[in-house]
Formats: sequence, C-alpha cells, structure tokens
Amino acid sequence: MQHTEQVIQAVNLTKRFGEFTAVDHINFTVHQGEVFGFLGANGAGKTTAMKMLIGISTPTEGSATVAGFDIATQSESVKQRIGYMSQKFSLYEDIPVMENIRFFGGIYGLRSKELKTKAAALLETLEMGSHAKTLVRDLPLGWKQKLAFSLAIIHEPKIVFLDEPTGGVDPITRRKFWELIYAAAARGITVFVTTHYMDEAEYCNRISIMVDGRIAAMDTPANLKTQFQSTSIDAIFTQLARGAQRSGD
Amino acid sequence: MRQYGVFIRKEFKHIFRDKRSLIILFALPIAQILIFGFALTNEIKNTHIAVIDMAHDAASQSLTDRLEASRYFELTGDIHSVADADAALLADKIKMAIVIPADFNNSLMHGHASQVQLITDATDPNTATTLQLYASAIIRDFQSDINDQFKLPYSLHTEVRMMYNPQLKGAYLFVPGVMGMILLLISAMMTSIAIVREKEINTMEIILASPLRPIVLILSKAVPYIVISMVNVTTILLIGVFILGLPVAGNIFLLIGVCLLFILTAIALGLMISNIIDSQQTAMFISLMGLMLPTLILSGFMFPIENMPVPMQVLSNIVPTKWFFIIVKDVMIKGLGFASIWREVLILAGMTAFFLFVSYRKFKIRLA
Repeated sequence: MQHTEQVIQAVNLTKRFGEFTAVDHINFTVHQGEVFGFLGANGAGKTTAMKMLIGISTPTEGSATVAGFDIATQSESVKQRIGYMSQKFSLYEDIPVMENIRFFGGIYGLRSKELKTKAAALLETLEMGSHAKTLVRDLPLGWKQKLAFSLAIIHEPKIVFLDEPTGGVDPITRRKFWELIYAAAARGITVFVTTHYMDEAEYCNRISIMVDGRIAAMDTPANLKTQFQSTSIDAIFTQLARGAQRSGD
Repeated sequence: MRQYGVFIRKEFKHIFRDKRSLIILFALPIAQILIFGFALTNEIKNTHIAVIDMAHDAASQSLTDRLEASRYFELTGDIHSVADADAALLADKIKMAIVIPADFNNSLMHGHASQVQLITDATDPNTATTLQLYASAIIRDFQSDINDQFKLPYSLHTEVRMMYNPQLKGAYLFVPGVMGMILLLISAMMTSIAIVREKEINTMEIILASPLRPIVLILSKAVPYIVISMVNVTTILLIGVFILGLPVAGNIFLLIGVCLLFILTAIALGLMISNIIDSQQTAMFISLMGLMLPTLILSGFMFPIENMPVPMQVLSNIVPTKWFFIIVKDVMIKGLGFASIWREVLILAGMTAFFLFVSYRKFKIRLA
C-alpha cells in the first residue's frame, strides 16, 4: 500500500486510573484509508485507548495526533473530523429513524439541504426507505447497527472509530456490516475498529493486538501469521493472551 | 444555532412521544392545584353545629340567630339536650355543640356573669380550635353589642381585619406553595432525568465525541422544560385567578419574571443533580426525596417556619422554594413591588449561579 498521510499517530500514549494502568505506553501509526483493527481481550485497554483518541478522555502520559491535531490540546478540531460508534450503537430508541438521522446529522453540523440529500441516500443504501417513521426500538439489531454506523459517517469524517461494532449480531449480519465498512474505506474514510472476533481481524489491512494495556503485536494479518508461524490470527491471539495478567470477563 | 435547533427538536420529540411524561408534565400540575385549592383547605364553611338552648328567652334567641346567620355554621335543629349532643358528636352529625344555660337573659341583663359552653370534637384538633375561635368571636360580638346598649363607661373592643385575605381562603396559601413545588419538581427532576438518560443509553459519549459544544447540550436540555414550566405557570395562575378566586394584586410581569427566575434555579439544580448522578432512577429518587420533602416541610407553605426549632429554621434557608413562596405571596397577594422582594430575588439568583457553577465544574471533570 502506498499510503503516505498518517491520520493517527500515538506516541507513548498512557492512561492510568489511580494505581491501575489501563493503557501502557502504546505507539502506533494509522494511514489514510486504512482499515486498522485494534484487537484485544475484554479489559485489555482497547476502549480506553479509543476514548483518548476521540477526545473524551485525557491521556495521563504521552501524546497522539488524530487527523493532524493534538488530542489533548486541539480536541475540538479532532472532533470535527471524526465519527464514533460506541459499543451499544447508541441511537435514540424512542424516536423514529428519520428523527435520529436529523439529530445526528445536525450535531455533526450538516445543513438542512445537505441533510435531506444524505438522509435519502442513507435510507436507500440501507434499504430502509419504508422505515423512516419507524421507532428505532422496533428495528432488528442488525439494522440498528447499520444505522448507527451510517450516522457515524454521515458527515464524511476523515476517520471513523468503531468500538466493537458487531457485538451480539449473527455472522451473516456481521459480514454485511463489514461490506459497509469497506465501502466507507473505499471512499477514503480511515477506519479504526476494535473487536474481539478474530475472524474480523482478517478483514483488516493491519491489526494490533493489545495485551494488558500494551501492544503485543502489530502488522498485516499475513505478516503476523508468518512471524508467529501460525495459520490463524485466533491462534496468535491465544498464544499472546496466555501471558495476560488481567482476565477477560 | 442549527445545532440548538435539532437538539431542542429532539428533546420535544422525546417528551411528546412518552404519554407518561406528558401526564406528569401537564395534567399533574392542574390536578394538584385543584386538589390543594379545593380539598385541602382549612376554611370553615357551613359546619354543622347544635345549639342547646336551656333558656328560651330573648337573649338566647338573639345569640342563636347570630350563629345561624354566620356562613361558618349550619344549625342542626333536633338536638335539645347535652346527651343528644354527645350522641350527635359521636355519630359525626355535628362538629360542635353550644350550650346556653337557663335564665340566660336574666343573668346578662342584671350584670351577673353568664356562661356559654362550647363542646367540640377534638379528634381533629385544628378544626376544633378553629370552630371554637369562630364561635367565640360571634359570642364576643354579641356581648359587646349588649354592652353598647347599656353604655358602660369602660369597654375595650377588638376590631379584627384580616389583611390581604379577608375571607381567610386556604387557596391564598396553597396556590403559591403548590406552584413552587410543581415548578421545582418538573424543572429539576425532568431536566436531571433527561440528561442522565443520555448517559444511561450511552448517547452521551457520541455527543461528547461530536463537535457539539457541551453548552449546547445543556441549554438544549433546559429550553423545553423552561417552555413547559412557563405553560404550567400560566395554567396555574389562570386556575388560581378564575377558579379559586385569587387576586393578582401586584405587577403581573414581575410575577412572571420571578417565576421564570425560579424555573431557572430549579433547572440549574437539575443540571447539578444530573452531573453527579449516573442513573435515571437515582436521579428521580434524589429529586423526589431531596426536593419534594424539604419543599413540603421547609418552604413554609404547609408548616409555619417561625414555629420550627432553630436548626430547622436555619436549614429552611437552603430550600429555594421558601424564597419563591415568599416572593409569590408578596407580589401576588400583597401586591408588593420589586423594592420589597429584591433580597429574595438575589438569593434565588445566587443559588442559580451556584448550581450552574458546580454543574460546569463537574461537567469539565467528567470530560477529562
């Protein structure tokens, strides 16, 4: 790959909560248009690292730039260039699909006219045209998830952060979801995704594996397999995670 | 500005989608004001009493007529002995019996002391005391009229005027009190729940990670409840004036202005609660227990603060409703102007500033 622009760069990024070091001096770089997988067991520090990158948590030590802006001092500029989808999809269940689109489009600063076009295109892509007035709570889980993702990139951000976006959905729906991710990456949106499904790791351009707050391995899936002389990412992950102090829950 | 627009629109969607919150927001205040205004009243009106007239002379007849003529009492005719009266009190047919002794006229006219006995049902001490006071007043009136006839050289008359509320209507007290309670509950509780809900369903994270500034979030949460509370102020005032017969003696704009200030105080309090609390249930619990009880007990509208032990009196100063209650009584009932309420207004404004300051500090910490 010939990506030159670095859209995320973390240098010794660290987060401590009292005595506990959730993220321990991690260093990595993500390039424009990449699908970067951030793997790790539960409690390894994935979500904490992501929260620092999106500017809702302050690093204890170290620094990082996202889209060229410092996450500690220029978080407002960072926030204008990113999209974020949290673990729980986070839509408003008690209001209709269209109102959710209007709201999230609005807080990302889309103008009414732009929003209208975007909303129509989004409903079309998701094949949800007839559900604009349906309450979100009445949608199947897979649809909510796709809607949440589409809303996270409705403003065409430079980078989208996905925190375990496929939790709790079936393999077919997950496969379809990854098609949406690829479509976004093809448009030039960099994708930073955490997951604990190892099969999904294969879909990423590059992955890092976090163990106990540190990055234990980082490369393309193919290179990692060569390096660890293994046939699957799952096996590599198990090998690395065996030494973990923190137990997953 | 557009961000405010979409956010406020979404808040209203939440509110109008949920029938239960609609009932809490609009129907409950009306029900409360009507219940407090009509049912919970300490007025005495057409209470059944019996007069046991042992004298049957001119004086006793005249006194009985006076009692009959008063709109407080309704005489029950068929009770003629103390034993009958006792039975009637037990059966709850009457609330008080007045016994006029034999030879009443004679002893009065010849300057001897004469006694009238009042027997009341003191299972409800408040009512019993009030009835006894009303009856005593009528009897005193009767006596001073007789004294006038004989032109006694020395006599002392009391002339009572009940200022600002000549008919002693309970609504004069309850409407300002209930208004304070409703505004505090709706504004503080609903605002805190609305914000805590965003945390609970995790949308708060998305909002914090978006370019939306926190101030937009906070203002957008507040605006719908300011609007709704102002609608409630209007309804309560209309009910108060046109159904319960309250005056608006002071300046109506001043009154509305102080209501708006109090709503802001309550909303700031709600914001503070929501920044400390993480679950909707806790927010509701804290709002109900932490706001409603002190409001009922310490704001002065149910129990007079002057009669409380000193620590309670001191404590009552931190209850925002106490100050609002004083202001509304002064402006609405007594017709006072800003010059007389500026201290209370300043206290409420100070409380609002304090709540906002704490919320702001807490919000910053949360972001870090």
